[in-house]
Amino acid sequence: MALPIYADPLERIWYYSYRVICALIFIFLIAPILIIMPLSFNVEPYFTFTPEMLRLDPDGYSMRWYDNLLTFGMAAPDALRDGSWWADAWANAKWIQAAKNSIIVGFFSTIVATVLGTIAAMGLSRPEMPFRKLIMAILISPMIVPIIITATGLFFFYSDIGLSGTYFGLVMAHATLGIPFVIITVTATMMGFDRSLIRAAQNMGAGPVTTFFKVQLPLITPGVVSGALFAFVTSFDEVVVVLFVGSHEQQTIPRQMWNGIREQISPSILAVATILVIFSICLLTVVELLRRRSERLRGVTPA
Amino acid sequence: MAATDTQPDDPQVLRTVDGVPLKTALAVASRRARIRAFFLVVPLLVFILLTFAVPIGQMLSRSFTDDKFSANMVELGKWFDANGKAAPDEAAYAALAADLKTASEEKTAGNIGTRINYELPGTRSLFTSAARKAKDLEPPFKEAILALDPQWARADLWAAMRSASAAATLNFYQAALDRQIGADGNFEAAPENVQIYVKLFIRTFVMSVVITGLCLLLGFPVAHLLAVLPLRHASLLMILVLLPFWTSLLVRTTSWMVLLQSQGVVNDLLVALGVITTDGRLEMMYNQTGTIIAMTHILLPFMILPLYSVMKTIPPSYARAARSLGATSWTTFRRIYLPQTVSGIGAGGILCFILAVGYYITPALVGGADGTLISNQIAFHMQKSLNWSLAAALAAMLLAAVLILYWAYDRLVGIDNMKLG
Repeated sequence: MALPIYADPLERIWYYSYRVICALIFIFLIAPILIIMPLSFNVEPYFTFTPEMLRLDPDGYSMRWYDNLLTFGMAAPDALRDGSWWADAWANAKWIQAAKNSIIVGFFSTIVATVLGTIAAMGLSRPEMPFRKLIMAILISPMIVPIIITATGLFFFYSDIGLSGTYFGLVMAHATLGIPFVIITVTATMMGFDRSLIRAAQNMGAGPVTTFFKVQLPLITPGVVSGALFAFVTSFDEVVVVLFVGSHEQQTIPRQMWNGIREQISPSILAVATILVIFSICLLTVVELLRRRSERLRGVTPA
Repeated sequence: MAATDTQPDDPQVLRTVDGVPLKTALAVASRRARIRAFFLVVPLLVFILLTFAVPIGQMLSRSFTDDKFSANMVELGKWFDANGKAAPDEAAYAALAADLKTASEEKTAGNIGTRINYELPGTRSLFTSAARKAKDLEPPFKEAILALDPQWARADLWAAMRSASAAATLNFYQAALDRQIGADGNFEAAPENVQIYVKLFIRTFVMSVVITGLCLLLGFPVAHLLAVLPLRHASLLMILVLLPFWTSLLVRTTSWMVLLQSQGVVNDLLVALGVITTDGRLEMMYNQTGTIIAMTHILLPFMILPLYSVMKTIPPSYARAARSLGATSWTTFRRIYLPQTVSGIGAGGILCFILAVGYYITPALVGGADGTLISNQIAFHMQKSLNWSLAAALAAMLLAAVLILYWAYDRLVGIDNMKLG
């Protein structure tokens, strides 16, 4: 959008002020996420930049809050850091426990959501699918219905059937929350899928299973993987359902953060937040690469 | 089909090799294809029904029922069935005494009191203390019970017990609309100082409108810039939109808590710039300001992405044509560009609004007393006051509002057009 030559002075002023406004909005979007990174290295237990930090004095920075993440909850945090210290950390540290729980629940709920979601998306993307709109509306509703309502419903339901406080119940609940994302991303990929390829495969004698694994799946894999990543992130970031149906032992990272923020917010939370931001940068990169790959596979070139 | 069967040799009808009319064969084949497509969806549909629809349906049914009183006060229930709205007589007090005795044996007096306490705050102890002394009660029961506590003669207490003696009730919806049982046994508006839910619903809607408006105000220029820049630059800037979208909600809320604290970065910056003095640090957290700022930040990508996908399809030649026909840049924007973005504004606006209305985490952490929304009240009744039926009634009303918006979204945008990133 270059400035046209016929622009009058007022338009010139607007052209540049518009860019400045946009820059400010981008800062609003990104600054809160970036600003916690340096703050998590603060020596002092404050949430603001100390004069030492501003002078870039190395004494103003430390890893103490990251260290705190490891030692919190350990049996003997002050022991010599040898093999048994690390074993202690692996077994007892609260944040490591939380990470383990988050990964277990996230992994299994992603599998459930991705498998069921992909199969359903294949049905939904067929032109002959009956009641397509209604079914789509039902399948996407877990994303639209406020999480507190879902959590309340699950709380009653799980206490009645004895699933509250179980990993199975938690995995099922998180899978439900992740399914809309899988449906949306996979149907979007399927829409660009050339259905004559299926007919060509069948013409050459491939059965439905061979057609799926040899023709369809390789082309839709990028969409399925980004759907799976969305589902994983949804589970990894979910706190309300865990609070309502999880047992006391089922501390996940978001739940541990939630407790930390509610009770006494310490810079350890910022250290966790920084790690999570780096994690989401990695995820975003993967999704972006997958999107490009998908476009390349389907012959769409960026203009 | 019947017509074709009676004329087997009609040369007009095309047939397959097996002699089936082509039309029938096609219908059978397409029905089979429809069933095949449907069967692919069935597993997920059953899964969603079990883990989502059934729990929510069960919760909704709970908002209409509460048997804490009716299941434990059997005798009194019978008396109410027989006598309706009659003033309580000796038989009624006898039934009450019998029920209280059973309650003290089965240790259910607390539950019974809790149920009445929902309707008439402060009456729980009436039941628990009466149940403790129930086994010493002698006829005449009316005098004996009134001797325990003269409050037992209260007309509104009997009205509350009458309405609680049936498990099915609309009382929780009445309570969610700030209405209570009056002395005459009918519903009336609750006193001004205890009316909270209608105000909370209004506040939730007003704040959601403000947040959606702010998202539109901030999202529109950014989406436009992304749509008109060359793709290479746009995809770099897009990362700045997508990174917040992918970042954990709790992380974003935490950052705002850190930034907005009275000793936080924003206040420090304003003091350093001389905008405010050290004593005049702004209170931006634990109030509505905090909730609005943090939620605008969190929901902004949900506005930018739909707007961007609509703006990208608008051909720039329309605007150029308008300019060459003599329109000023403002007229071009207002008459040519803006009308073409309306569907994106609708999509992003409704999506932001739906998400804002039901938001829980951010208001709970940065909202304080006056920045909380209806979701927080539902959580309060679930976890603290344990009035689950009232929580369910509030949830049902919120759900109804969200479903209406969802339906509007579907009509306006179409659910199949929803995109992520």
